[in-house]
Amino acid sequence: MNLALLLLSSSTLVHLSAVDLAIIVFYFALVLGIGLYLKGQANTGEDFFMAGREMTAWVAGLAFLSANLGSLELMGWAGNSYKYGILAAHWYWIGAIPSMLFLALVMMPFYYVCKTHSVPGYLKLRFGKGAQAISSISFAFMTVLMSGINMYAMAVVMRVVLGWDLNFSILVSSLTVAAYVALGGLRSAIFNEVLQFFLIWAGALLIPILGLIEAGGWTGLQAKILQNLTEQHVANPGSYTHLWSTLGSFGSNPMGINWAGIVFGLGAVIAMGYWTTDFLVVQRVLSAKDLRSAELAPIIGAAFKMCVPFIVILPGLLGLALLRDPQGHLLRLVPADQAWSAAGQAQGLHGYDEVLPLMLARYCGPGLLGLGITALIAGFMSGMAGNVSAFTTVWTYDIYATLINPKVTDDFKVKMGRWVTVIGVIISIGTAYLVMQAQSIMDYVQALFSFFIAPLFGTVILGMLWKRASPAGGWTGLLAGTLSSVGMYTWVKIDPNAVRYVALSMDAQDQAQNMFRALWSCLICMIVTIVVSYMTKPKPDSELKDVVYGLTPIPKTEHVSWFHSPIFWAVVVAAIFVILQIIFW
Amino acid sequence: MKSGSHLSIWFFTGICLGVNGLLIFITGIYEIANPPANKVALYDLHANVWWGGFLLVLGLVYSLRFSPAQERKRMSKNS
Repeated sequence: MNLALLLLSSSTLVHLSAVDLAIIVFYFALVLGIGLYLKGQANTGEDFFMAGREMTAWVAGLAFLSANLGSLELMGWAGNSYKYGILAAHWYWIGAIPSMLFLALVMMPFYYVCKTHSVPGYLKLRFGKGAQAISSISFAFMTVLMSGINMYAMAVVMRVVLGWDLNFSILVSSLTVAAYVALGGLRSAIFNEVLQFFLIWAGALLIPILGLIEAGGWTGLQAKILQNLTEQHVANPGSYTHLWSTLGSFGSNPMGINWAGIVFGLGAVIAMGYWTTDFLVVQRVLSAKDLRSAELAPIIGAAFKMCVPFIVILPGLLGLALLRDPQGHLLRLVPADQAWSAAGQAQGLHGYDEVLPLMLARYCGPGLLGLGITALIAGFMSGMAGNVSAFTTVWTYDIYATLINPKVTDDFKVKMGRWVTVIGVIISIGTAYLVMQAQSIMDYVQALFSFFIAPLFGTVILGMLWKRASPAGGWTGLLAGTLSSVGMYTWVKIDPNAVRYVALSMDAQDQAQNMFRALWSCLICMIVTIVVSYMTKPKPDSELKDVVYGLTPIPKTEHVSWFHSPIFWAVVVAAIFVILQIIFW
Repeated sequence: MKSGSHLSIWFFTGICLGVNGLLIFITGIYEIANPPANKVALYDLHANVWWGGFLLVLGLVYSLRFSPAQERKRMSKNS
């Protein structure tokens, strides 16, 4: 297919030159080459699904972060920072750092010592097949759906930004991901995720650097945002550049949330659930070569995660301050459905999610533009590969080898892993086309995510820290938490006034509702688990060795200097995290 | 990731950054000699020259430091 024919000449944000196309083609060739090179190193189940458990802390840590940096992350959160201001940075700081450190120091020893292949696999060891079945089936469903939605989102971005055909983008990106994951398994996915990590930074870092130069530094940026929003009569214009000082009440910030929703809903439940129990990210750390590397990997990931707002949140804020239309008037971005409607297209409106490509087009000429677009493609592909490789492992180990054919051989698992990778991608393509038919499904992604992750955290944390939690308590709590989350969501859809009960305020926007719903569903899960556990028989201590705190001898890591100790680096990261909160208070 | 005769992940990273840096750097130099009609914001800073140069140097450092020859040397020293 001739690439040039796929580029529309009008109605696109940017136009690629030959050097830009060369950079994109080189990237695709390199990731496929890596997959081919690693094919010979994925011969056993441990190799294919766990990358041989031989990753260094740096490789596992960067892959851990990169698997999360994909999908809607770059574009979506840049758009959210345009919409909500610096409050969006909470999803990178309090919504990530404490939970990543908690994973490293408290939970990772259990995952690592019990040698599980997956989080549902841990639930099987701790609570039995009931909890494992609920968790693995819901996780498999979620990953395939997320993968398809990522794919569709990428195709839409490529159409809006470059004018590329939707089918072309979906087929090329999905076939590339299928090829390199099926060939080299998790090792290939991790190799490419590290590569994608560097590409994302190389392609996106120039925007905030040049943007801050143009805006006159952070102080100049704050002043410009205040001036522009005041001119446009936006409510609470001063709140767009403050992280905590506007969270005293629901109505004084653009998100309609208060500090309790951020601290408890986001920091204590959603983030803890995602970073410690979502197998998509935990799988990367389980591939570490020893316990110290497994503890250091999330800390390294946390250190870089703290910097991500620089390439995601700052461009959104810069968009608020600097973007102007060709006539020199302030450019006001609008919600996606408004921008993509026939009237919106006729008026040349742009959606919030287009802020990153708009900033890219503002500063990047030939070459840099290709690198920036490659960074976006790399982000989408790393997210897709993360979902597909996690789906493959959970299907093979937790569904097929546990529920369907427990006598399966290691050789067959590898063969199945390769085929399920391809099948997972095909299902994802189907999901992408399904989303295309019903675009509103995109709105439900975040909600869907909170249905499964928040209660799962309640189950896993009680299982790890409380030996009295019984198998019946585990699976009933998980089921009750998930159903209650779905129930609250449905209640608000049927009766919008229910927001005042679910999210404690009628001002609560979608994100605020997600936070409170997650908090309640996690609490319901924990309460049901505790009540049912006291009414049913727990497992004997002998069966809880290596899976519960107090009954698990944590192996001593080799003696290392304080400089190489995970605790030292966790304290450093925590201190920088606190300083950032104070600076942007 | 570096056991046996395997290529290091950092070698691939170096190649990727180096090739991209070289392409961007050359494009930047060409643009100085032939300024485009439609200039990007802050064009006068010539970001593609210094950013491309930076990526090129970083890529060279990584690909030389983790080249197959260096890996073999390290392996023989450790064994």
